[in-house]
Amino acid sequence: MCLAIPGKIIKIDKNTAVVDFGGIKKESALDLLSDAKIGDYVLVHAGFAISKIDKDDALETLKLLNEIDEFKKLPESGTNKKNRK
Amino acid sequence: MRSMNSKNFRNPALIKKIVNNIHQLADKPVNIMEVCGTHTMAIAQYGIRELLPPSIKLISGPGCPVCVTPAEIIDEIIEISLKTDTIIASFGDMIRVPGSRTTLEKMRSEGSDVRIIYSPLELLGLARDNPGKNIVFAGIGFETTSPLAAAVVTRAKKENIKNLFIVPAFKTVPPALRLIADNRSLRLNAFLLPGHVSVIIGSYPYEFLSKEFGLTGVISGFEPVDILYSIYLILKQIKTNRPKIEIQYSRTIKPEGNTKAQKLLDEVFEKSASEWRAIGNIPGSGLIFRKDYNAFSSRSKFNIKINKPKEPKNCLCGKILMGLKTPEECPLFGKQCTPQKAIGPCMVSSEGTCAAYYKYI
Repeated sequence: MCLAIPGKIIKIDKNTAVVDFGGIKKESALDLLSDAKIGDYVLVHAGFAISKIDKDDALETLKLLNEIDEFKKLPESGTNKKNRK
Repeated sequence: MRSMNSKNFRNPALIKKIVNNIHQLADKPVNIMEVCGTHTMAIAQYGIRELLPPSIKLISGPGCPVCVTPAEIIDEIIEISLKTDTIIASFGDMIRVPGSRTTLEKMRSEGSDVRIIYSPLELLGLARDNPGKNIVFAGIGFETTSPLAAAVVTRAKKENIKNLFIVPAFKTVPPALRLIADNRSLRLNAFLLPGHVSVIIGSYPYEFLSKEFGLTGVISGFEPVDILYSIYLILKQIKTNRPKIEIQYSRTIKPEGNTKAQKLLDEVFEKSASEWRAIGNIPGSGLIFRKDYNAFSSRSKFNIKINKPKEPKNCLCGKILMGLKTPEECPLFGKQCTPQKAIGPCMVSSEGTCAAYYKYI
């Protein structure tokens, strides 16, 4: 029930935004956001934008994951416990 | 946006990398409860259990709002649906859930006016377009959904709409987690905390879990990389023995949450004790209308008395919701109780633990 879908705001008219969900455009209410603007990525739950998505943060998360050197290599069959040392 | 779309959070190489590190860190049994039904579905759908070492156990929790809504609430809505001047509006997953006798879906086939809505915003249109009818919304959901109802009610008040009512059955997640954290028989080490509830409430309301119970908590997104990375973060915390509440899903969640939504919630609703289906009464876990908005409560309009019905015989949903049993341990699971002919709420809801197990495991 708590599903929320990310999309991009392409138009704002008063309290309503048109949000582009990968080509499908739908109106979303902005009652729960105070600073939404055109071009923002938002998370939409049941017709309401509930949060802005921080693009830089998302990219940073991925970058950190890719760079983290604590991730040590295991043998190819690393998902099988029997092969763990 | 291309570089941050969901594909990146489903990248097989990245998944493998995280899984390898989880295996390296997993040197003792760790019990993790995933609280949210959407996580339960994602974990089952992406086969995440199979990627983990056997020492890490994922236990499904009570985070499916449809599952924890008591049968008497459904009975109450069904009773209202019998009135001729009434339109019942509900999210789709609720109408198939059985109360003690029947479902809203069956009531619709017998002539009750039951409408499935995608957004609570539709309630305003229904109320405007049907001035001679009372529009009654099944107010079911957690903190992700309740602010939407609060927003609609404040709009309705401004518009002087008098024919819109909400059955106040919203619930809040943290008090249920307190009950679970307090249950030592679960031997829980950590919570995988719900992403979209936390978009609204932030991370602070969970801090008691680490401060009072010494439990780890990571607020996770819903993609495979999110969930696996959150499990990795949990193991790291356990390794260093520094339990705290961390936000993995930081691209959408701030520690303070969505303060505008919180203010709106607080303006319209106040906390009260609430009954969770097959679990029992949890203090401070429900929302009822404040005095200024009480005219929108279905209970101010309809005086309906419902006796607490008995739960289906042999159904283990209550214990499954608390993480004390798995669906396979229920004598009805997959036999008398299937998604086509569901007996308990954990099978009826598409995000219920039994439905997830039946579909993917």
